[in-house]
Amino acid sequence: MDATYDGNILAGPLAEVFTAEITTAVARCRNCGRSSAVAELAVYGPDPGLVARCPGCAEAMLRLVRAPDAIWLDLSGVIAIRLTPSTSG
Amino acid sequence: MARAAIPGRLSVRRAWRPAVLVDRWAETSSASTLVLEVDDWPGHLAGQHVDVQLTAEDGYQASRSYSLAAPADGDRIEITVQRLPRGEVSPFLVDELAPEAVLEVRGPLGGWFVWRAKDRGPVLLVAGGSGIVPLMAMIRARAGVSRAPFRLLYSVRTPQDRIYAAELHRRAEDDGGLDVAWVHTRTAPAGDPRPPGRLGADDLAGHGWPPDGDATCYVCGPTGFVEAASTLLLAAGHDPGRIRTERFGGA
Amino acid sequence: MGIITRGFRGRRVDDGGRTPPGQYLTGDFPVLSAGPTPRVPLDAWTFTVRAESGDVQAWSWAELTALPVEEVTVDIHCVTRWSKLDTVWRGVSMDTLLAKVETAADYALVHSYGGYTTNLPLEDLLGGQAWVVFEYDGAELGPEHGGPARLLVPHLYFWKSAKWVRGIDLRHQDEPGFWEQLGYHDYGDPWREQRYQGD
Repeated sequence: MDATYDGNILAGPLAEVFTAEITTAVARCRNCGRSSAVAELAVYGPDPGLVARCPGCAEAMLRLVRAPDAIWLDLSGVIAIRLTPSTSG
Repeated sequence: MARAAIPGRLSVRRAWRPAVLVDRWAETSSASTLVLEVDDWPGHLAGQHVDVQLTAEDGYQASRSYSLAAPADGDRIEITVQRLPRGEVSPFLVDELAPEAVLEVRGPLGGWFVWRAKDRGPVLLVAGGSGIVPLMAMIRARAGVSRAPFRLLYSVRTPQDRIYAAELHRRAEDDGGLDVAWVHTRTAPAGDPRPPGRLGADDLAGHGWPPDGDATCYVCGPTGFVEAASTLLLAAGHDPGRIRTERFGGA
Repeated sequence: MGIITRGFRGRRVDDGGRTPPGQYLTGDFPVLSAGPTPRVPLDAWTFTVRAESGDVQAWSWAELTALPVEEVTVDIHCVTRWSKLDTVWRGVSMDTLLAKVETAADYALVHSYGGYTTNLPLEDLLGGQAWVVFEYDGAELGPEHGGPARLLVPHLYFWKSAKWVRGIDLRHQDEPGFWEQLGYHDYGDPWREQRYQGD
């Protein structure tokens, strides 16, 4: 895929939303069922927004826009995320 | 001297905090290392990054992610920034940011692309251009602390583009268990047996780890480089679960 | 607001009159993407208008390019703050494409190859305000800029000018497209700086 970034770049923006470490979390694609670490997602952006796509089928799993007064987050492309609540990184 | 590498509680991680430029030096004609002082820096793992935010007087803000280049030294952290020709942020950081100037950082960030000293197995580091930065953090974190065998394959356009060249040469001699191999894609040094050209299967065969040797591979650089290197590693038989990548943007 | 970093300036905002508020002029043509660049062979390409009744009109590439083609020179304004003046395009007016469509709908949802969507009022596609374009700056529109064909609606922020356009659904109700679902403005007038919902 020709994505400029991967899910590592989501660490900062998603730290505003999730209390647990997110890039090591495992997310399951709603379209194809593939499980990937968030860090492994193919990420487009960051402007006008971050779009994280499944490395297998390219479906948009996660989308995030940082507007001046709000964060907009769409996780509809994810069936579930498995996070490990962390006390360390 | 250096704090224990406590990766930090998340309330610390998510907030923008002031960072003062306390030192800077050029690594190459296009890349410079910036030393930032951040009060109560919680420490970080090799491979993690920070987000840097700049605010202009009219309120305009821009932020970028930069890998931490070295273990923390108390409250001091280092990033190495490559100037992108028409960038909005990197030319300012490399060419203009003055000592005592303040920026904001968020971090440390990232738990995937990290190496910990307790990871004992052999490590292959594959760097393209400024992708060397987080891998150098791993090499520096390893020094004196771990005997895990490290092999670095560093791809650059020309010898003048090698970031940390002198230190890598020194460490390859002194650190014990670190091998460094250079790949030049446009111009190779005079007398170099390897003609200029992109990273290929032969480079991995000659300077990488065998695929069944339990090595963890870290690949970092522009997205095209990372794709090509990952494909080579998989073709060589490395387990996809042992390959960690970080794409830096760019072509 | 964040701590000011002495000496940092973003790109210089232009206030020469031709650029809307908060925009800077660029000589480049930045490429922003939300996903992989679709590759659409011309013999498979179609453009479809679907009215609210379900009636469909469709054009193949040959049929589209056989329609009257206009050359237009327009300024374009991206929500990410860059503006580019005097861009030259060739394509078919949406007035031509919608001429024989029977509709009472007020809104349009634009669809692209690759899944991108964007919404706007139907009247903003009419009256010489919009085209399906396939040439930019005297050459075939390249895939990174939306080729083989993209929508061009220059009076709105450029995310409404959907790359890789494949069709338009006419609807009684406005339905938010890809970026509008994530907080970008349903209309997007650069002169009123309508970047985000609520602006």
